[in-house]
Amino acid sequence: MNGAAAAVSPGGSAWRAAWRQLRARRSALLALGVLAAIALAALLVPCFSPYDYATPVWTRIFTPPTLQAGRIFGTDALGRDLLVRVMWGCRISLLVGVAASLVSVVIGVLWGATAGYLGGRVDGLLMRTVDVLYCVPFIPLVIVLEVLFGRNFLLVFVAIGTVSWLDLARIVRGQTLSIRAQDYIAAAQALGVRPATMIRRHVVPNLIGLVMVYATLTVPSVILFEALLSFLGLGVQAPLASLGSLVADGAGEMQANPYLLVIPAAFLAAIILCFNRLGDALRDAFESHRG
Amino acid sequence: MARYLAGRLLTAIPTLLVIATLAFMLLHLTPGGPFDSDRILTPQIERSIAARYHLDEPLWQQYFRYLGDLARGDLGPSFQYRNTSVNELIAQGLPVDVTIGALSMLFALLAGGALGLLAATRQGSVLDQLATSVAILGISVPVFVTAPLLILVFAMRLHWLPAGDWVSGSWQHLVLPSVALALPYTAYIARIMRASTCDALSQPFIRTARAKGLSPTAVLWRHALRPALMPVVSFLGPALAGVLTGSIVIEQVFGLPGMGRYFVTGALNRDYTVVTGITVLYGALIIGLNLLADLSYAWLDPRLRRPA
Repeated sequence: MNGAAAAVSPGGSAWRAAWRQLRARRSALLALGVLAAIALAALLVPCFSPYDYATPVWTRIFTPPTLQAGRIFGTDALGRDLLVRVMWGCRISLLVGVAASLVSVVIGVLWGATAGYLGGRVDGLLMRTVDVLYCVPFIPLVIVLEVLFGRNFLLVFVAIGTVSWLDLARIVRGQTLSIRAQDYIAAAQALGVRPATMIRRHVVPNLIGLVMVYATLTVPSVILFEALLSFLGLGVQAPLASLGSLVADGAGEMQANPYLLVIPAAFLAAIILCFNRLGDALRDAFESHRG
Repeated sequence: MARYLAGRLLTAIPTLLVIATLAFMLLHLTPGGPFDSDRILTPQIERSIAARYHLDEPLWQQYFRYLGDLARGDLGPSFQYRNTSVNELIAQGLPVDVTIGALSMLFALLAGGALGLLAATRQGSVLDQLATSVAILGISVPVFVTAPLLILVFAMRLHWLPAGDWVSGSWQHLVLPSVALALPYTAYIARIMRASTCDALSQPFIRTARAKGLSPTAVLWRHALRPALMPVVSFLGPALAGVLTGSIVIEQVFGLPGMGRYFVTGALNRDYTVVTGITVLYGALIIGLNLLADLSYAWLDPRLRRPA
């Protein structure tokens, strides 16, 4: 994380350099492609499928995956099309992942940048708060929240978003501190650059790469968290499905119909895997650009 | 050292206070109570129950009563299990979690460490690539997916190991839950271990050790291992905390009688004391485990032992 000196490389903006680095990494591009494909399928399949995710069809329960009538993933215990349900699950997971990550990015960046930029007593107070919150057992607390306020879908965002900003706040604070200590900041100050311009032109560009990396890595952890809640029966409300609740349903039926467990589990794993891969590649890209 | 320890323990108290207050207020300030069951009670019985659990007192009085009891280590009576205190519930549940948690941490350390070392000493080989891919997969697949899959393969299809039935108490019952819980941490540790070993092996003192003619094995075990372990140790604090709360899922899947089960049913039934008590205990354990990890950090790196 040190040596953020090369804010603007000769070859163009930090962004373009990072994109060049990313493009050179096959696996990251593959991950991006798979994610795009899953997102597109999640968006389109429920719109064009003749089946819906909620209506039970009692004559069609436990149809194993088949090419007939487009039931490529088969049907579940209530005869509902698994393809449509899994795609709905992907919708929910991706939506929760991205939205809650945005919440956590906003809080984390504001908190960390304020602490790092103002320093002194404010810094101490803000970071002590983070230290205390680090010790709060969050999975139990979110479970309590979910139970107390009913299974409110919005609450899932808020709860997860508000608990996942701690790492980001610490990282952003550290980075802001190191940016403030750079010579080019002193040089810009000496040239009379106003604070607002300074933040826009010199602090944010150096922060944004790091934030992007950790936002990309926050998404999978948020998706896992949501899936965990749904798995415990505290997430989305039936008949709506999330990948977590589909895995839970599948686990109950796995003896006779393992496809009900394996298919949603594979999608969940694929999404997490791709986000992790992408985040790692982004980190490498930004770091090698800095190095 | 003693001063450092005392300072850390002193800051733990306000942290625990915040956790206890947060949990207490969350539960008491939201509508609904522990005795809003479908059974309709006569007002008289309702009053006497409320009086027995001090629910008729004003909130601040209940709060300070709770804190007073907490300070003495008494977490209060459970509301859903008649005549059972939260301390008793924890005494029943915690050993299960500690057993599973300790076993899975041991597994994660040994397997993850070995995998990371192997990969680092054979950088770029097929084995290295295989280990790295397995690690990424292990991080990406959540416990609640691997646990049912493990049951499906090893218990239902192959019949090698039992899946549930904790009460019989044989060691075979520990295997699947511990391994399932350990897998993501094994993957993390393997990844950290590989990176830190690669880093350590590129240090000048390793070159010196090689130059004076030490065998590669001696270089690895005598010189590279200790600095390579540092990042792993700093990961242990969060990992132990994760194992602790992660066991909620494992208990659900394997039907283990641990703390997590009391916690989830407690939350569903508004069992104020059970939820607050277990939350505070989780918090205390997280603080303690983080402290332990930091202390072992100082043990591994002598430079940190000197007072600053």
